[in-house]
Amino acid sequence: MSFYDTCSRIQKPDLGKRFACASPEDVKRVLRKSSIDENDFLILLSPAAEFFLEEMAQKAHHLTVRQFGKTILFYTPMYLSNFCTNQCLYCGFNISNRIPRKQLTLDEVEAEAKAIASTGLKHILILTGDARKISSIDYLKDCIRILTRFFSSISIEIYALEKLEYAELIDAGIDALTIYQETYNQRLYKKFHIKGPKTDYRFRLDAPERACIAGIRSVNIGALLGLDDWRMEAFFTGIHADYLQRFFPEVEVSISLPRMRPHAGDSQTKSIVSDKNLVQIMVASRLFMPRAGITISTRESEVFRNNILRLGVTKMSAGSSTKVGGHTISENDTGQFDICDHRTVAEMKKLIISRGYQPVFKDWQPIL
Amino acid sequence: MDDLLEIGDKKLESRLFTGTGKYGSDALIPEIIKESGAQVITVALRRMNLDSEEDNILDYIPKTVQLLPNTSGARNSNEAVRIARLARAAGCGNWIKIEVISDNKYLLPDGYETIRATEVLAKDGFVVLPYISPDLMVARDLVAAGAAAVMPLGAPIGSNRGLKTRELIRILIDEIDLPIIVDAGIGKPSQACEAMEMGAAACLVNTAIASAENPVLMAKSFGRAVKAGREAYLAGTGAASSHAVASSPLTGFLNGNESQEDN
Repeated sequence: MSFYDTCSRIQKPDLGKRFACASPEDVKRVLRKSSIDENDFLILLSPAAEFFLEEMAQKAHHLTVRQFGKTILFYTPMYLSNFCTNQCLYCGFNISNRIPRKQLTLDEVEAEAKAIASTGLKHILILTGDARKISSIDYLKDCIRILTRFFSSISIEIYALEKLEYAELIDAGIDALTIYQETYNQRLYKKFHIKGPKTDYRFRLDAPERACIAGIRSVNIGALLGLDDWRMEAFFTGIHADYLQRFFPEVEVSISLPRMRPHAGDSQTKSIVSDKNLVQIMVASRLFMPRAGITISTRESEVFRNNILRLGVTKMSAGSSTKVGGHTISENDTGQFDICDHRTVAEMKKLIISRGYQPVFKDWQPIL
Repeated sequence: MDDLLEIGDKKLESRLFTGTGKYGSDALIPEIIKESGAQVITVALRRMNLDSEEDNILDYIPKTVQLLPNTSGARNSNEAVRIARLARAAGCGNWIKIEVISDNKYLLPDGYETIRATEVLAKDGFVVLPYISPDLMVARDLVAAGAAAVMPLGAPIGSNRGLKTRELIRILIDEIDLPIIVDAGIGKPSQACEAMEMGAAACLVNTAIASAENPVLMAKSFGRAVKAGREAYLAGTGAASSHAVASSPLTGFLNGNESQEDN
């Protein structure tokens, strides 16, 4: 039994009908409830709920303040490597893209860590492409040992691992995992992932669960919004998060809401997710999962990020670069995708404070 | 009359404890403390950024206030013990609020693990204030384990729902010979006042203050409500009855009145 089985039982054509059939009365009924179940969540993601966004946003705001306070946790990504064996149509690291490839040496990891830590950040997210032989578990462990000297929380966003490999990295010092399913639609998943280990839909889908069994402290999941109908993707992300929270209550579960961004070798396969759609996903997710962290990255614009502070977001990246060694080495090579909000950590901090929120730099203490 | 709350080697005048979490700015904290009169403040070690010159929360807490580090993030007793020791090593003193939470959906504390951590830390010289669901058996074990007080929840943490566990807290107040400090769930000053009228030794309030439109005014209001409730408790509230009793229909005959059947 895994989330794959839960997911497979849900009939997609049926879901589409249920979205279409939800009525304003259904939305009103759900908004009167104090706890929201799976069916209610579906109604909040429906076209009918678009007319209740302000009311949903108000509720989402109050719930978030009660659970998390007026705070935004800051983190930044650190790209260790862009070597990749996959051919994923939406990604700049795609093996068929002729871009310069690089993996940081351990000295470069240290220099990069120093540069990032000097901005005050204590939470770091390390990323690689999917190249097991180059960005090996041993390489990652060496990097993590260096990073523990600079940061209090280390998350990974790398290729899907086996349970024992997650346990090894937890022992080395990571406390969190970010892994996106990209799309929960298995048929489309095949279409977007043409070649490489990532073509295994099920191995990726059950990766967060393997990390939970291995003892990870927090997991962050998401779909790359724009690959499939966003209502479906948001719904599956929510029930995946709920599944993890239910079976692994000791784990802190978060969701990310990444929207497609331009990148090298851009394909024209995406559907559009408007700002309004993204807000609906965010507030519906908050009402469904009051305790879940919600992450918004610098994929989003300055203006959009300024305006969503009160809608349920709890975690934001700042001072980001999606390039390998982007904080210390060349700025000329190609990143995974183009970021949109280029503000520095100091600028983001100022903005958050000016909106009456507290930027949080540290929210974990390693205790090993 | 001196009415001091004794915990560890401290004698406290104020019976309102507060917290440092969820504020839009930590710069509010000195004013919150001043207006509420709180003398004990809890702070999560996971949030303490001791390396930072700008973002160190301890800079906002007056030295006269008793620091109560908490073990937020601990999922079992071992983690709670480690966090407590890290807090002490970081110079935060020997008071510790034990929070062991292995359920992130409801944030309900794990009684069994809390007892184990209390036992270890009390032996290690800590003044231990464990956060629990109001369960008499757990509370008794905590007394045996060396706790300095017991902190039952009024409702799930952060819920602002008030004293939903009222009857169970009342049992702890009646049966446990340690200060009972109602922690979590209190949403309004009237609810804190009610807990104090019942005989709670103190209340810990954070979310209700931090999430108020005007946190400083709310802090002041909680300070007064806790004080009022305590004074009412000391004054001895008159027994309430759910129906009016004009005479004594069942026992009146003892005073020479005729019984109802003879009327």
